[in-house]
Amino acid sequence: MNPPPGTDMFVHDSTGIDRVGPGEVRLLLELASYAYHARDRAAPLFTLEATSLSAHQRQLVAILGANASGKSTLLRLMAGALAPLSGRVQLDGFEVSKLDPRTRAQRIALVQQESLLLFPVRVWEYVMQGRHPYGRGLRFETEEDAKVVESALAQVGALHLKPRWMHEISGGEKQRVVLARALAQQPLLLLLDEPTLHLDIGAQVDLLRQLRWLAEANRYTVVVVTHELNLAAEFADHVVLMHRGKSLRVGSPAEVYDRDLLEQVFGAALEVETGADGTPRVRVRGRLPSQA
Amino acid sequence: MQPLTAKRLGLICGGMVAVLIVIILFALKLGAVPISVADLAMLLFRRIAGAEEPLPTEYQMIVFNIRLPRILLSVLVGASLSVAGAGFQALLRNPLADPYVLGVSSGAALGAILALGAPSLLTPLAAFGGALAAIACVYLLGRRGGQLDSYTLLLAGIITASFLSALILFLMTTLPSRDTRGMAFWLMGDLSSSSPIPAGLLFLVMLVAIGAIYTTAADLNLLLSGEQEALHLGVDVPRVKLVVYLSASLLTALAVSVSGAIGFVGILVPHIIRLLFGSDYRVLIPTTAVGGAIVIVLADALARTVNAPNELPVGAITAMAGAPVFLYLLRRRLS
Repeated sequence: MNPPPGTDMFVHDSTGIDRVGPGEVRLLLELASYAYHARDRAAPLFTLEATSLSAHQRQLVAILGANASGKSTLLRLMAGALAPLSGRVQLDGFEVSKLDPRTRAQRIALVQQESLLLFPVRVWEYVMQGRHPYGRGLRFETEEDAKVVESALAQVGALHLKPRWMHEISGGEKQRVVLARALAQQPLLLLLDEPTLHLDIGAQVDLLRQLRWLAEANRYTVVVVTHELNLAAEFADHVVLMHRGKSLRVGSPAEVYDRDLLEQVFGAALEVETGADGTPRVRVRGRLPSQA
Repeated sequence: MQPLTAKRLGLICGGMVAVLIVIILFALKLGAVPISVADLAMLLFRRIAGAEEPLPTEYQMIVFNIRLPRILLSVLVGASLSVAGAGFQALLRNPLADPYVLGVSSGAALGAILALGAPSLLTPLAAFGGALAAIACVYLLGRRGGQLDSYTLLLAGIITASFLSALILFLMTTLPSRDTRGMAFWLMGDLSSSSPIPAGLLFLVMLVAIGAIYTTAADLNLLLSGEQEALHLGVDVPRVKLVVYLSASLLTALAVSVSGAIGFVGILVPHIIRLLFGSDYRVLIPTTAVGGAIVIVLADALARTVNAPNELPVGAITAMAGAPVFLYLLRRRLS
């Protein structure tokens, strides 16, 4: 059986346990492209060239690249906020940009960098917003909604914050609550735009470990935009390396972490080592006087 | 911190309505001709029971033909302007939004003035057109780099309001044989002249517009965090914005065409309600409607009595109460 182009990319698992055919691909991007225009007929300000990738449930995909390389555009295509200029972006066979907002929010949750709050909101109210796509009319909260909110908060270890105000909790706590709201959407696809941005290294490791666990426990497909090369290598099944609106390489961290490629993308002298378990490590190649 | 249930919502709204009824009774009693509580109770009781009237007919005249219509008009105007304010606040994601500050009231007033001389049913329609044009203008001017900027928006509103007021003044002085003092009074907000349109029709339109905004209450809670975020949480953003834009403009036009430009109610009332019951739009919309009615009935009672037998424009009273609240909110946002 010949899979359509682009779908076979991630179908390789040495153990064979999780081996799934192309029919069970959950997230599929097939030559999806996009261009931002300032005005309708002006030359595009930014172009995302045709990108293909696919992912199954329980997989974690990391999108890497320098600033303005098209990472967020790619994520917004996956979220259905943008319709591709050409190609396809599908979730379980449905074109995501064509789903109505309500159905889309039941299947895709997006965690963005900044969330602006105009009026004070309690943590549980905020997480309850994730239940919005499941209600009708005035959306009086049901017992089920309350249970989902509790379990979402419990999953991110923030149940104790439930009665607190959003503006009173710390940045790290807020990060977890925002994640809990996405979990309350009970999505199939969980997208995160630079979730590690303002976290210290300990919190970053915690978060990625958590995402890994959530992908497993809730059968999510998780896509993370991040700058943390080593964390991505540690936790991601697949990485997408973006450079100037182009996906240079898609594959396992070991396949993508090529020294020349990374140096080209990040414009710094780097070194890639491979650990005993096959996980690549990126190090800055510096001339340290004491070692010279 | 319990979730909102239909019962809790009903209790809150019921309580607010009870307060409104007490205030209305108080306002019925208040005025140049003193009417005792007992007489008022008897009048109302007999009117409701449909019995013969032993009290002098002037009392009936005063209560049912003078005071009651004016109070009903206050209820209409207060509820409309307050809900319009709450609607614009969500639409523009700005707690300082108010139909008066944004120039929407001036747009409606200009529309109404341009329709002077036309059949009276056209006045609210012309006001509606003016309101829509004004808020569209402010919305477009208030964008910077494709984003709504809070302060640019407010400035755009204030400038639009000044420009439209200048146009109104120009028209007032050039139009022949107009009662300029009456119009100046009307521009400040005036409930003394009765509208030629049946009150029943006005109330119906108001209830439909408030109802339309209320159907989006749960969506508005999310729209406050930004359009992108609301979209990803399942809100049909363009539809919700259109509903709120049309309904809030209609409510403003309704209020302006019967009472002129009464300012700051749209900011004062939703703010007080938020302090009392929180910022959930599912509670905010109905309580703001009733709260707005309470505030304008009270303000009009003050306007009638504070300098009796002369009247103050009710807009002067709401501005005196509302402008400090506006400044307070502005300071708090700046800090």
